[in-house]
Amino acid sequence: MATYAVKEAKPAPSTSKGVLFWLRENLFSDIKNSLLTLAGLYFLYTIIPPLLNWMIFDATWSGAQDEVVKEGARWIFIVEKLDQFIYGFYPESLHWRPNLVALICIAFLLSMKFVKNLNLKIALILAFPVVCFILISGGWFGLEIVETEKWGGLMLTVLVAAVGIIASFPIGIILALGRQSHMPIVKTLCVGFIEFVRGVPLITILFMASVVLPLFFSDGIDFDKLLRALIGITLFQAAYIAEVVRGGLQAIPRGQYEASESLGLSYWQGMILVILPQALKISIPNLVGSFISLFKDTTLVLIIGLFDILAMVTLTNSDTNWLGYEVEGYVFVTIIYWVICFTMSQYSKAIERKFNTEH
Amino acid sequence: MNSSQLPPSANGFLNNPQNRAVIFQVLALMFVVFLAYYFASNMFDNVEKRGITTGFSFLDDVAGFGISQTLIEYDDAGSTYYDVFIVGLLNTLLVSVIGIFFASVLGLLIGVGRLSSNYLISRLSLVYIETFRNIPILLQILFWYNVVLAALPSPRKSFSYLDSVFLNNRGLLLPEPIFESGSSAILIALILAVTGVCFLARWSKKRHDLSGEEFPLIKVSIAIIVLAPVVVYFISGQPISAEYPHLKGFNFKGGLTIIPELLALVFALSIYTATYIAEAVRAGIEAVPNGQKEAAKSLGLKDHIILTKVVLPQALRVIIPPVINQYLNLVKNSSLATAIGYPEIVTLFSGTTLNQVGQAIEIILMTMAVYLTFSIVISLMLNWVNAKMAIKGR
Repeated sequence: MATYAVKEAKPAPSTSKGVLFWLRENLFSDIKNSLLTLAGLYFLYTIIPPLLNWMIFDATWSGAQDEVVKEGARWIFIVEKLDQFIYGFYPESLHWRPNLVALICIAFLLSMKFVKNLNLKIALILAFPVVCFILISGGWFGLEIVETEKWGGLMLTVLVAAVGIIASFPIGIILALGRQSHMPIVKTLCVGFIEFVRGVPLITILFMASVVLPLFFSDGIDFDKLLRALIGITLFQAAYIAEVVRGGLQAIPRGQYEASESLGLSYWQGMILVILPQALKISIPNLVGSFISLFKDTTLVLIIGLFDILAMVTLTNSDTNWLGYEVEGYVFVTIIYWVICFTMSQYSKAIERKFNTEH
Repeated sequence: MNSSQLPPSANGFLNNPQNRAVIFQVLALMFVVFLAYYFASNMFDNVEKRGITTGFSFLDDVAGFGISQTLIEYDDAGSTYYDVFIVGLLNTLLVSVIGIFFASVLGLLIGVGRLSSNYLISRLSLVYIETFRNIPILLQILFWYNVVLAALPSPRKSFSYLDSVFLNNRGLLLPEPIFESGSSAILIALILAVTGVCFLARWSKKRHDLSGEEFPLIKVSIAIIVLAPVVVYFISGQPISAEYPHLKGFNFKGGLTIIPELLALVFALSIYTATYIAEAVRAGIEAVPNGQKEAAKSLGLKDHIILTKVVLPQALRVIIPPVINQYLNLVKNSSLATAIGYPEIVTLFSGTTLNQVGQAIEIILMTMAVYLTFSIVISLMLNWVNAKMAIKGR
């Protein structure tokens, strides 16, 4: 009886594996594709080397202005003006206060992840903005007062974005609930507000807040320029949050509403314990998206005369000792915005993927 | 359950959901009315105290400032604030239309590139999208205006193309078409050609529905629309000529000048909005199930027929609504022109006019009304498109 030995499988032919195969399959599958690849490579060749040379290899990182010999970026400008880009006109001796606030923010975010006790959590959430505000503005506990005109740079950008996000959140949720309500007057008011705000550009709302808002109050009340901008941004963002949350609310099956009612929960109990936790969870990716938009939109405050990090580019270039460094300034600010927005958008995508696998 | 078993308060007036709803709404309405009254009365007090006039009579006053780009007749000495309003409105529309055109073309290219089987092209498209959508639009506008366009050479050293198109730090100069008498015949020919194509399209669709025969509609339509005006142009003795810009002294004379503010704005708005349109295009095409393409292929349809008759009709249903929303965003973002001084509605009206007249409430409400009208028109259009594209017969 013949015996048959098992033969080892032959390796795949060299034409269907390895780097060459991948290249042929993905870059040079036919003439059209090859031409596209060559065009793309040429494009990269014209863009990347000059950019790298300008930004890194030919750049000047240290030394005095008149010693610059290289062609590339003169980052000495950024090094020199870094304090202004980050703190604006905040007094130099007091820079430890915003720094401390930054540390507190990190500690706060970590504590939200690890503290399990609900009461402690709520106390922390309530105390956090107060502590930050007192530290930045001063006036209490013997801290020197720093007027809001001196706040600026990245600090102001982050502050405007953070206040906009935190303050607009509860308003947005209430507007979303109002829009879903069965009470016609409440619904009309909420729909009217949301659609009005979403229909006009942020800049007109900022003009409204900075020029018209003071007219709405009797003379005794004096609004700070920053506060006016914050009110405008918060109302604007609230309308967008409301639409995102409404999307989440509509995605919750009817059965959940009916179940919470049949358990005898009141409207608010049902919303807070049953509906909103689910609705907010599925809206997280869109909420992060709306935070990214808000962060990008904070640049608009420069039009009404606040000095955020983008305004610092023009401002630092008006120093007669440092003229003509716009390019470096804009590139530096671009990188900062890009890194922050890109990180947030990747985070939102990661959450979306996580939720997708759960269903 | 017997009602006597419930606590006596359970049947009370306040426990009836309908009563509670009415009371709550009345309270909410009273709160809003009170707030409005409080604001309005303070406003009238303040306005009176500061000696600001109210009402819209300022629209008839002479504005008396110059505007760098006007689409209608406008002169510094005689034109009123109402003219300023119209000039701003038209300039907003102009930048929006140009921006929407370029954003659509760029977005479509990048979106299709994102789905390309070519790895390099798809990666490059991704890098484009991720780069430009994560940089604030205002920063992009300022960068184009203050860095790129400011670095262009002076008029004497301008870049030129075929001696008819020039680019320098005063803007982009193009030959200006001059319409002499007889050119209206060309316009009429164009209108007739378009009307004819509409009827042709209806006829070919009908024939296709009845007999299944295809008619090369797109090729024939393009031929008609291009040929008819060209033929009339030559018959009527070439009534359109072009005036070329030419250097005179330190600046150019003649021709059509596109100011650098408009250039910067169009660049920034179309590059930024294209990233969102590209994502919409990609999502729309990916939303068509693979089975649809495979089914079409197994029916023996050719590739371009699969694209135009199977994939695109289904993809467009997903693509168009978000793209129209992006158009609206582009119109709203064009208000950022105020940062570089392009003369559109916010710059001219909420900026210069407000500074001169001081009637903040009327002026800002008018500006907001313009944008609200845009968004209402666009959302009506969206509803119409959605209704037209809805899957029928299910």
